[in-house]
Amino acid sequence: MNRRVFLKSGAMAMLSLGFAPSFIGRAAAAVSARRKLLIAIFQRGAVDGLNMIVPYGEADYYRLRPTIAIPRASTIDLDGFFGLHPSMAPLKPLWDNHSLAIVHACGSPDNTRSHFDAQDYMESATPGVKATRDGWLNRYLQVSSEEHNPLRGVALARTMPRSLEGPAPALAIGSVDEFGVRGAASAFEDRYEHASDPTLSAAGNDAFAAMRTLRQAASMPYRPPPGVEYPNTAFGKALAEIARLAKADVGLEVAFTELGNWDHHVNEGSVTGQIATRLDEFSRGLAALAADLGDRMADTVIVTMSEFGRAVAENGNGGTDHGHGNAMMVIGGNLRGGVHGRWPGLSDAHRFEGRDVAVTTDFRDVFSEIVAAHMGVARDSLSRIFPGHHPGARPDIISG
Amino acid sequence: MRQGDVERVGAIGLNPWIDQQLHPSRIDDRAAEAMLPQFDAPPDSADQKELRRFARQQVETLAEERLLRAMYSERQLQEVLVDFWFNHFNVYAGKGRTAEFLPEYERDVIRPHVFDRFRDLLEADAKSPAMLFYLDNWLSADPNATQRIADIQQVRRGRRVGRFPARQQPPQQQKKQPRGLNENYGRELLELHTLGVDGGYTQQDVINVARAFTGWTIDPRTRTFRFAPALHDTGEKIVLGHKIKSGGGIEDGERVLDIVASRPETAHHIAFQLAQRLVADEPPPALVGRAAKRFLETKGDLREVVKTIVTSPEFLSPGVRDAKFKTPFEYVVSAVRTTGASVSEGRAFVQTLQQLGEPLYMCQPPTGYHQTADAWVSAGGLVTRMNFATRLVSGNMPGVTLPANPPPAQELALRIGSPEFQRH
Repeated sequence: MNRRVFLKSGAMAMLSLGFAPSFIGRAAAAVSARRKLLIAIFQRGAVDGLNMIVPYGEADYYRLRPTIAIPRASTIDLDGFFGLHPSMAPLKPLWDNHSLAIVHACGSPDNTRSHFDAQDYMESATPGVKATRDGWLNRYLQVSSEEHNPLRGVALARTMPRSLEGPAPALAIGSVDEFGVRGAASAFEDRYEHASDPTLSAAGNDAFAAMRTLRQAASMPYRPPPGVEYPNTAFGKALAEIARLAKADVGLEVAFTELGNWDHHVNEGSVTGQIATRLDEFSRGLAALAADLGDRMADTVIVTMSEFGRAVAENGNGGTDHGHGNAMMVIGGNLRGGVHGRWPGLSDAHRFEGRDVAVTTDFRDVFSEIVAAHMGVARDSLSRIFPGHHPGARPDIISG
Repeated sequence: MRQGDVERVGAIGLNPWIDQQLHPSRIDDRAAEAMLPQFDAPPDSADQKELRRFARQQVETLAEERLLRAMYSERQLQEVLVDFWFNHFNVYAGKGRTAEFLPEYERDVIRPHVFDRFRDLLEADAKSPAMLFYLDNWLSADPNATQRIADIQQVRRGRRVGRFPARQQPPQQQKKQPRGLNENYGRELLELHTLGVDGGYTQQDVINVARAFTGWTIDPRTRTFRFAPALHDTGEKIVLGHKIKSGGGIEDGERVLDIVASRPETAHHIAFQLAQRLVADEPPPALVGRAAKRFLETKGDLREVVKTIVTSPEFLSPGVRDAKFKTPFEYVVSAVRTTGASVSEGRAFVQTLQQLGEPLYMCQPPTGYHQTADAWVSAGGLVTRMNFATRLVSGNMPGVTLPANPPPAQELALRIGSPEFQRH
């Protein structure tokens, strides 16, 4: 090698790793490990979608909510008809760069107003069918690959959410640092390996395999990059752990976490109050997660869901009772931002059973679009993940 | 199971032992009661911070009490059923003032009624401040009541009627708070407490049940149940095909309880859940059928329903041995009972339950915690259980004294953390 070539290659190395935005270098290094990532976030308790993504262009919205409607002037305008709740300001930059898609009037073909059943149906993705054993995220893991890696699907939750339950290995953990056996680890491992109980043996083996991987890839305490601030709550910590796992390149494809306390039957509040507080935590968390993932957002989709919406009219206690259609959010670096779905209107004739937002987009249409267009599952395999579902008009959310 | 338990049961015979457990008042339990923590007296001051701190502390003491009873009470079946029925009628300590009412809720509503008639338990629950607050019924009112109350307030100037001085909201917000119907309790009464989600009720039934309970509220001075006629919707209601005539008062809600407590759907729902808790995640349908039949024959005598289950051939058959994965509560308690340790304070265990996903009194949704393995078996949960086992036998857990000459620590930890120990 002559000196000139050496200098040239040195300069190139400098250019590609030293001067280019750091993510190009990282992308090159991680190209083989990089996977598509889906992050599912469940707002348990039925968030009031009308006070989250506000249809301020609807006179009936204000007529039916005399004390809890978000005044038009307080919303963060999106498109001249819908606006974000003011607590959701942290998400506005994502809207502005087309990384936020909203599907309004989205929900289930089943009309249950039971939290339990509706969550079950959304997580099994088989509305009306209670016998389904596994969750839709687990079925994605089953269909997309044979790889036995419990870190492909991780819930940051103390118990395994229904969405990830099923035969494909997956983990539910409180935090990465907590996830290690102190004491006689190898003796415990031996017990679980030889357990006669197949369920416990599998869960135990997955635990020890994942612990080994994490010890290598994520042994240091996690610090998000400067400027990224998660809410100092269990939800904020769970999101930071998801970012940590994504960046550790341990094979994460599906992550799940949840945020409860949306069931505001009394004193829901409006610009301030209970819902404002919840949406503040929720939005700051999502914004921090997107910022933390940085260039990885190009390969990431975050989808938010809640079991049903709330009645259009406020109830007798400044709150809202259980309803039907709701709003779902999709965030990613590679999607068509905007408000999607057909808006059914809120007038008397257009409300579901005279009281709720009608559903014009089946939530499974959104899920299956993400699984196909983002995660790359062949469309003819979708029926294995969403049995009994016949896709309606495809919500055109994911680019290319 | 504690050391020596098998021998003790063997000495009196299984059937007499079960019979004794079905009649807990016949069991001397003074030794366990002597171990229970004392509740602090409420503070004199009306300072809100002070009151909130007191409520939090009260919940902690209550959790400790529940754990210690489960670990040491001779009335084991009663404690299993307290856990079951509290969960069935779940309330969440984190919601507003619910925590204030919790000790009396468990002591006066749940525990004394676990072998009682279901209808009595249901009414005690419907009238409990904890449930009235948690599912918002204390605020539910006939939408036309606002005017009536305004008229009454004119008369009794200065005195608040039908209103609970809510400390959790600023006064100006409270003033403009509209009063009207709230469906929250009505729906959960039908779905969770009685008929079950497939129990054949409609949205209109939910609304009419909610109307029947308008005026069931909390007296602001005595902090106990009060029926406020001014808030009650006196119109006619049809509930599950039964007509409730107009002009009624408190008896409208009581009539709803009569209707739902005697439905076959309720008998089946309760029988199924008890059998699921006591026998197997998918309990034998024939057993559920017999327990439901017993429920109807005895007008909901819960002692008889439980007896039908625990004396059934299915309950004693080898096929259902180790059929249940222990919930975190059952796991932690059984671990302590196995070691024979004496526990003088339960705080460390309260924390373990939180790590395992089952903090006592902190289940937010009205469904309560799951009772089946699919919800609890997870890699993360098993790891936490293994670590708990190691810590428990280490002798370093605050408030835990191991018995003299315990088996070698590692052997005991491995046993308690083992796959076999996770089931019962």
